[in-house]
Amino acid sequence: MTADTNGPRHLLSISDLDRDEIIKLLDSARSFAEVSTRPVKKVPALRGQTIVNLFLEASTRTRMSFELAAKRLSADVINFATGGSSISKGESLKDTAKTIVAMGVDAVVIRHGSAGTPGMLTGWVDCSVINAGDGMHEHPTQALLDLFTMRERLGRLEGLKVAIVGDIDHSRVARSNIHALRTVGAEVLLVAPRTLLPDRVEEMGVLVTSSLAEALEWCDVLYLLRIQLERVEESRFPSLREYTLQYGLTQARWSRLDDKPLVMHPGPINRGVEIASGIADEVEPVITGQVAAGVAVRMAVLFDLLGGSHV
Amino acid sequence: MSDGLLIKGARILSFPAGLGGESDVKVKGGLIQRVESGLSGGGAEVIDASGCVVAPGLVDLHAHLREPGMEYKEDVATGSRAAACGGYCAVFCMANTEPPIDNSAVAEYVFDRGVEEGLCMVLPHGAITLGRKGETLAPMGEMGSCRAAVKGFSDDGSPVADSEIMRRAMEYARTMGALIISHSEDGNLSAGGQMNEGYYSTVLGLRGIPPESEQIGVFRDICLAERTGVRLHLAHISTAGSVELVRSAKKRGLAVTCEVTPHHFCLNDSALSSYDTNFKMNPPLRSAADVEALLAGLSDGTIDAIATDHAPHASHEKEKEFDMAEFGVIGLETCLPLAVTGLVDAGVLSLQDAVEKLTAAPARIMEMERWGYRARVEPGEAANLVVFNPDLEWVVDPSLFRSRSRNTPFSGWKVRGKVLHTIFRGKPVVRDGELAVGPGCEPVEGARVPGVASGASEAGKGMTA
Amino acid sequence: MAFEARARLLDEEDIARIVRRISHEILERNKGSKNLALVGIRTRGVTLAGRLARTIEGIEGQKVEVGALDIAMYRDDFATRGASEVGPTRIEFDINDKKVVIVDDVLYTGRTTRAAMDALMDFGRPQVIQLAVLVDRGHRELPVRADYVGKNIPTSGDEKVKVSLEEIDGTDMVEIGEER
Repeated sequence: MTADTNGPRHLLSISDLDRDEIIKLLDSARSFAEVSTRPVKKVPALRGQTIVNLFLEASTRTRMSFELAAKRLSADVINFATGGSSISKGESLKDTAKTIVAMGVDAVVIRHGSAGTPGMLTGWVDCSVINAGDGMHEHPTQALLDLFTMRERLGRLEGLKVAIVGDIDHSRVARSNIHALRTVGAEVLLVAPRTLLPDRVEEMGVLVTSSLAEALEWCDVLYLLRIQLERVEESRFPSLREYTLQYGLTQARWSRLDDKPLVMHPGPINRGVEIASGIADEVEPVITGQVAAGVAVRMAVLFDLLGGSHV
Repeated sequence: MSDGLLIKGARILSFPAGLGGESDVKVKGGLIQRVESGLSGGGAEVIDASGCVVAPGLVDLHAHLREPGMEYKEDVATGSRAAACGGYCAVFCMANTEPPIDNSAVAEYVFDRGVEEGLCMVLPHGAITLGRKGETLAPMGEMGSCRAAVKGFSDDGSPVADSEIMRRAMEYARTMGALIISHSEDGNLSAGGQMNEGYYSTVLGLRGIPPESEQIGVFRDICLAERTGVRLHLAHISTAGSVELVRSAKKRGLAVTCEVTPHHFCLNDSALSSYDTNFKMNPPLRSAADVEALLAGLSDGTIDAIATDHAPHASHEKEKEFDMAEFGVIGLETCLPLAVTGLVDAGVLSLQDAVEKLTAAPARIMEMERWGYRARVEPGEAANLVVFNPDLEWVVDPSLFRSRSRNTPFSGWKVRGKVLHTIFRGKPVVRDGELAVGPGCEPVEGARVPGVASGASEAGKGMTA
Repeated sequence: MAFEARARLLDEEDIARIVRRISHEILERNKGSKNLALVGIRTRGVTLAGRLARTIEGIEGQKVEVGALDIAMYRDDFATRGASEVGPTRIEFDINDKKVVIVDDVLYTGRTTRAAMDALMDFGRPQVIQLAVLVDRGHRELPVRADYVGKNIPTSGDEKVKVSLEEIDGTDMVEIGEER
C-alpha cells in the first residue's frame, strides 16, 4: 500500500500492492467472510473510528458494500453523496476535503468520475484514502473481490487463464484486474474490437484478440464487462445487436463448450447483450456470491489500512 | 538618473555574428553607443557582467497575457514583469482574451497597456476569425494599420476548423502581408482528450489526444499555405510527425516556420503519472520518441524558434480533478534556463544557436525591424538587451515568480542559466535578478508618453527606438 | 528481531504431564465432560486444546467439542500494535449453555483472554467460561486469572517466553529468553 513512513496508509491503485500483500488480503478476507455468518455479525476491530463514504459518482452496490464492511468492523459511517450536497452547489473538492479533515475522520472511501482524484485527495486530507473507483483508472477493491472469487471457486490464481471481454477502454475494473492478475501470476487475454481497446494496451503484459471463440477455447475464467449504449453514439461499434452477435455470450456459443469456464461479471448485467438471459440465470450464484465476498474483502482492506498507529 | 549604462566584461552574443569574446557595452540615450573592450564609465551606471553573456533581449512569439477579461490569472502589468525577469524585451500575446483581440480597439488597448507598463514591448496578435468562432474573417487590415500594427493572426486556443474559412483567411492575410499563426489540431480526434494518447493514457485511464490530431491539422495548414502562398507559422508543435511535415515543406521551399516550447522538449507524457495538473496543457506532453524528434528538429534547423506559450491559470482552476482542470502552463520566467539546461547542456544546440531561436529567429518571423529590433548587439542599435550567466545553477521556485499565476511543471527543477539584468530601451528594468521598475519604482523615461509609437498611421510601420 | 534463549523451562515430558494433569482438573471441576467445549486461541492454543480434548476423550470415552478462535479482530491494543494477520475462526458447535474452557499457551497481560471472551459472547451465551494456560508469566493488566495453569513462570518485562509445540514447531518445549 502507499504510505509515508509514519503517515496514513492508502489504497489508491492495485499496482501499489505486491503479490504477498494481495494474497494476505485474500486470506484475511476469508476470515472476515466468516464473521458475516455469525449470529452477531460484528467485531469491535474499528470501534470508535469514523469512515466517510465520499461517493461523487452514482453507486448503490459499492457504497452499501463499503458501508456494511465498515459497520461490521464497528466503525461509524458517514455517507456523503452528490445530489443536494455542497459539491452539487459548486464547492470544490479541495474545500470538501478540508471539511472532512476538520471533522476528524479516520478514512475516506472515495468514488469519483475523474481519474487520479483519490491520489489528489491524499494531499488534502490527513486520513487514509481508499479508491472505490476513479473514472476509467482503477477500482482496486473490485479486483481483489474478483481474485477472491476466482481463488475460492477454482482453487488457484497462478497460471489461471482469464479472458476479459468488452469495453476495456472505459473500464477501471479491467485495468485493476489486469494489474492484479498479472501480479499474482495469472494470464490475461483481452477480447474486444480494436475500437474498445486503449492504445498500446499490449504493453500492460496482456494478450489481445478480437475473437470470442478463440478466448472461449482458451480461458478458465470468462470475465464479461458491461457494454453501454453511449459507445454506439461514439462510433465504437455500430449497434448493441452487432456487439452481441460478435462478442455476446450467446446460448449457442455456451452450449458448444464442453469445458465451461467460470463466468464472472462485475454487475449490473445487461441481459441479452453481453450475456444471454438464460446463461445469466445459470451463473447467478457466482454473481450473488460476489456480494458477500465484496463485504468480506472490503472488511479485510479497512482492517489492514486502519491498523497501525494513530495519534 | 545616471547617464547611461556600461555593461562590463560580458561575452557578446549578436546575430548574425555569433558568440564573441568579452567586451564592454556602452548604452546611452536608449541606444548602444559602443561595443569595445576597455571602456570607461564616465557618469554611467556600471554593471559588472563578468562571466556573463550579453545578448539581444529575448522575443516570445507566443504568450497569453489574459488582459482584457481574465486579469485574475495575469494582466499586461504582471505579464510584463514576468517577461522582463525572463529576459524578454518583446512578447507577442495571443488574441484569446475577453473580448478577443479581433479589432483595432482591443488591439490598441493591449498595446497601450504594454507601453504604460514600460517593461517590454507587448505586441498583440489578432484573431483570424471574429470572436475566434471560426465562421467569418476578422478585420486583419484594420488591425494591421492601427497603433499595434498587428502582423500575426491566430485563433490560438482553437484551430480554424473549417478548411474553407482557413483557405480564405490565408488568401486574405497574404494580401495584407500578414502572417498566419496556426494552432493546428483536428478537434474531432482530440475531443475529450486530457493527455497524449499512448501507453500512459491507457494506464492512467485518461482519454488521449492522438498525435494525429496535430499532424492532420499541420498537414492541412501546410497544404493550404502552399496553395495560397501565405507565410505560415505553426504554433507549439509537439509530435515527430509534425516535425517531419515541416521538414518536407521546407525542402519544397514553402514559407513555413514553426516553434516549440520548453515543456515539450524537456518533458514527456510519463510525467502525467502523478496526475499533477501542472503537466496538463494543449498540445499535451508527448511520448519520449516525439521528444527525440523535436530535439532533432531543433538541431537540424527544422524548428525555427522557441516560444513559451505562457498560459497562466489561477490555482483554483488547476487544483482540481484532472479532467476538470484548465490546460496550460506558464513559461516566461523559465524559458532561457530551460533552453540552456535542456538544449545546450544536453548537446542539442550550441548556446549561440539556442539564443538565436529566442531572438533573431522570432524577430525574422515577426518582421521586427519595423519595431527597431534586429537582434544585434552593435553600435546604433536600440538597447534592448539581456545579460545572463549561462553557468549559474539555481532551483526553480514558483513562489518567487512575478507572474500572477504559479502553474509551472518545473517547480523544484535544478536549472543552469540565469537572467541577471534586462535592459529595455537603454534602461535597466531588471537589475541583479530583481525588478528595477514597477509599482513604487521610477518609470522608464519616455515609456509613459502616449503615442511614443510614432508612424502608427501607416500600415506596416512601427515604433522607432 | 530474533529470539535468544537463555534457559529451557519445560521439556517434552513436562508438557505431556501438564496436559494430563490439566485434563483431569478440568473433568474434576466440571464434574465430567457433559456440555464441555474447549476453544483454543491463536495457533498454539488451538494445538493445546486439541491435545487436551484427546486426553479427556481418552479418560471419559466421550468426544469433546473443540473450536479455534482468532482474536485479531477483537484486540483492544489495535492502535498501538497494528493490524495483525487475521486467521480463521472455527466454532462449529452451538456454545449456548456450554461450559467453555478457553485454552492459550501463555497468559501475560490478560488482554488476549478478554478479547477471547468478547468474541465468544458474539457467538452465544456460554453457561460458564474458564481459562486453561500452559504458562502464566505474570504482569496482569486486567483482572484475569487462569483456572488451570501448567506452570507459573515469573518474568521481567523485557523477557520473552517462547512455546514450541511439535505439530507447529517440530518439538515440544518452553524457553525463556530475550528478543534481540
